[in-house]
Amino acid sequence: MSAEYVLQMKDITKRYGENTVLEDVSLSVRPGEIHALLGENGAGKSTLMNILFGMPVIHATGGFSGTVSLDGAETHIQSPHDAMEKGIGMVHQEFMLLPGFTITENIKLNREITKPNLVSRVFGKNLETLNMKAMAKDARTALDSVGMSIDEYTLVQGLPVGYMQFVEIAREIDKKGIKLLVFDEPTAVLTESEAEQLIRVMKQIAATGIAIIFITHRLDEVIAAADSVTILRDGKLVATRDAKKTNTLELAELMIGRKGESMVTAPDRDKPHGDKVALEINHLCVDMPGEEVRDVSLKVYEGEIFGIGGLAGQGKIGIPSGIMGLYPAAGEVNVFGAAHELGNPRKSLENGLAMVSEDRRGVGLLLEQSIEDNIVFNAMQIKGEYLMGIRLLFSLRDSRKIRKVANQMIKDLDIRCTSALQHAGTLSGGNQQKVCIARALLMRPKLLFVSEPTRGIDIGAKKLVLETLVRLNREQGMTIVMVSSELMELRSICGRIAIVSEGRTVDVLKATDTDVNFGLAMSGIRPNQEGGSVNG
Amino acid sequence: MRKDFRTLMRDNAVTIMFVVLCLVAFFLSGQSLGYVAYELFGRLSRNAFIVLALIIPIIAGMGINFAITIGAMAAQIAALWVTEWQIPGLGGFAVAALMTVPIAALFGFLIGKLLNRMKGQEMIGGLILGYFANGLYQLLFLFIFGNLIPLHTDGLVIKGSTGVANTIDLNRIQAALDGIWRLDFNTAFYVCMALAAVWFIVRLAMKKTSAKSGGISLGVLAAVVLIYQIPAIKAGFATLRIPVVTFLVVGLLCLFNVAIMRTRLGQQFRAVGQNMTVANAAGINVDRVRVIAIMISTVFAGLGQLIFVQNFGLFQTYGAHEQVGLYAGAAILVGGASIVRATNGQALLGCILFHTLFIVAPLAGTNLLGDAAIGEYFRVFISYGVIALALVLHAWRGRSEKRDLRALSEKE
Repeated sequence: MSAEYVLQMKDITKRYGENTVLEDVSLSVRPGEIHALLGENGAGKSTLMNILFGMPVIHATGGFSGTVSLDGAETHIQSPHDAMEKGIGMVHQEFMLLPGFTITENIKLNREITKPNLVSRVFGKNLETLNMKAMAKDARTALDSVGMSIDEYTLVQGLPVGYMQFVEIAREIDKKGIKLLVFDEPTAVLTESEAEQLIRVMKQIAATGIAIIFITHRLDEVIAAADSVTILRDGKLVATRDAKKTNTLELAELMIGRKGESMVTAPDRDKPHGDKVALEINHLCVDMPGEEVRDVSLKVYEGEIFGIGGLAGQGKIGIPSGIMGLYPAAGEVNVFGAAHELGNPRKSLENGLAMVSEDRRGVGLLLEQSIEDNIVFNAMQIKGEYLMGIRLLFSLRDSRKIRKVANQMIKDLDIRCTSALQHAGTLSGGNQQKVCIARALLMRPKLLFVSEPTRGIDIGAKKLVLETLVRLNREQGMTIVMVSSELMELRSICGRIAIVSEGRTVDVLKATDTDVNFGLAMSGIRPNQEGGSVNG
Repeated sequence: MRKDFRTLMRDNAVTIMFVVLCLVAFFLSGQSLGYVAYELFGRLSRNAFIVLALIIPIIAGMGINFAITIGAMAAQIAALWVTEWQIPGLGGFAVAALMTVPIAALFGFLIGKLLNRMKGQEMIGGLILGYFANGLYQLLFLFIFGNLIPLHTDGLVIKGSTGVANTIDLNRIQAALDGIWRLDFNTAFYVCMALAAVWFIVRLAMKKTSAKSGGISLGVLAAVVLIYQIPAIKAGFATLRIPVVTFLVVGLLCLFNVAIMRTRLGQQFRAVGQNMTVANAAGINVDRVRVIAIMISTVFAGLGQLIFVQNFGLFQTYGAHEQVGLYAGAAILVGGASIVRATNGQALLGCILFHTLFIVAPLAGTNLLGDAAIGEYFRVFISYGVIALALVLHAWRGRSEKRDLRALSEKE
């Protein structure tokens, strides 16, 4: 019996508490087709795949509604192991390989071919001897089918990342009875030629009748590889298209779209920014795990709110972290015309830079300390303010002064708390964020980096945080560089927005640019110049 | 080339340091080679087994299993009862071994369950668990045995008081294993050399090794035999008698450690040791594999302690197990193992170096500073020092390997 679709997911809805992350999403995949799944971060791609693989996180949060059918018959996938047994395989974005094992051992991990021996006849199958020769033979076949000529006894340790990707694919192919393979952003770590080879291999695999779900954000690859495309946005199904009847422009527009009206608007100004360059970045690279910056050059002018956008893991967060000296960085950075020393956080703060970290609970706040201590911490440590007594010899906190400035900040930024003595850890996310901003402000920075300021806080708090930023900019003329995954936010308050992809600046766009241009830039394609994106 | 040399030094820093230390202490002590060899073989037969028991947990990613102390306790419980029942000789030893296995397996199971709840903290967890178990052990030996469960053999219970005596005399099973078959060193030496030669030749014939490395191995053998012909050296070893069966048992454990790694279970140990997430994703029951690793280790530690006490013929009821984990852990690290990598060879080499230093250090201390106690201090100081150093080196190596890797990827 062969049904029309190898996989059908129908009307899938998933809620985490109050938060609906997937709403009536359907996905149908035919045998032997390459089906691209497209969407921004947070569009619901990974949640959908978690449901497909029966990940514990789904079951632990109350399951989902809707049906999943394999080969036309409805099934319930209980666990990743169950999914594997039902013929669904996954090529992970993070490599699931053991570095100290050979390629053969990795391909055959936990599916080893064994032969019985004296001991195993008594104590069971676990003590059977490995039949390395037979394992190597299977591994060879699998490697050949992905076009890899590398010796199957090579250790995975030290292999180029591209090779690891193919080993991972070979492992999935080697599994018997595989019907459906999910590729999670497989080309993200590959060079161009490797990516081409990968697409060739995917087509070969599909030709043998195995269906492929191809998760990616590179639109040109979708056009090159896929047979059909499903696009998600904000947890909803936007469209399903035949890949031959669409193009990158349409896909870009579908992927970004308009997400309702913006919550905050920055009042227009005659002149968007001063003429003086506040921050000049030339060929910056930052070694921040998961957010590598490879080559970024930018100019930020005095008095503007400059946005840095892009998908998660593309390096946008690495830019402020690298400039502030939190991660090893190289390149040339000038702050208000003076050369800036990288790799020295203290110096950065002294130079008038300040940063509100994206990881407020981990890096930003001392959770066990009071609000006022958090607010004055940097000013006290770096600038030696809010202290009394003889400098260097003995100095005490100037409690009265601290209380005064803390109360002032609580009033100015509207931090909702019982008193300045409340522990920062007990505040809500939005209020914690405001404490972080207050602390940065006490440094009286000339340039403020704000990294993912609205991550994990509710809509009302988002609005307040964004309004605070606009006010700081408009009233005090502070130059602000805001990094955010939420394009809508950037477009509502920033004048210009740089889009970063794979650690490089793709383009600097105006907030008023078209969705298509933003969509293309996010997937690493530089929009046509006639799209009106000449940067200023 | 220079880089290779530096890497070599870095990866074997502890071992190289120990070789130098041993040589210096040996010359300072002014001892004869014969004395050192005599002592060393005695200590090797006593201690090698328990050090080898550490290998599997290291490979399974759980670090040095300091909880082998608890395995040693299991052996001492068994030894107590064998004494109580007055079973003599090899039979007594066999009964004790049979008793040790289930007790140690149960303890190992419980330790494994607990360590699964503290992943990443296994070493400190095992160490503290050892101290905690010591309290229970004292309760058992001071109060339960002799009071709730009466003991009848003379000398087992403290006279006029309660609890088990400070020292348990094992004269009935003393040298039960060692004494089965002793061979003078001369014969044992030639037999070993002949066996090794046959082994290398067979491997050469089967083309498992290259002619070059086979030739080198045979050359080294020949050189060792030639050096042995020097009368002074030959005379030094003349009085030595080798407990063949004990060393055979040690050899069997080495074989076991190799063989288990070639099975599906061994593959699971290695996979779990490298990355629990990946192993789990492949459908391996990570927790179960870790419990098995600790159980095997604890059982072997128990048997190792039994070999230790039968060699001495008595043991300190309340102290014999205390330093077991510390000394075994230090020994395996001295041999060049790390908390993530260990082999039989490293365990045996470590045993030799560690105990050589113990033999010569007190005398070197006397000659150098006029106080034998210095050497005794030295021994404890060195054990802790080696473990601390190995931990620091491990962290340091991890960092520099990462740096090397990054340099490599940038070059591409």
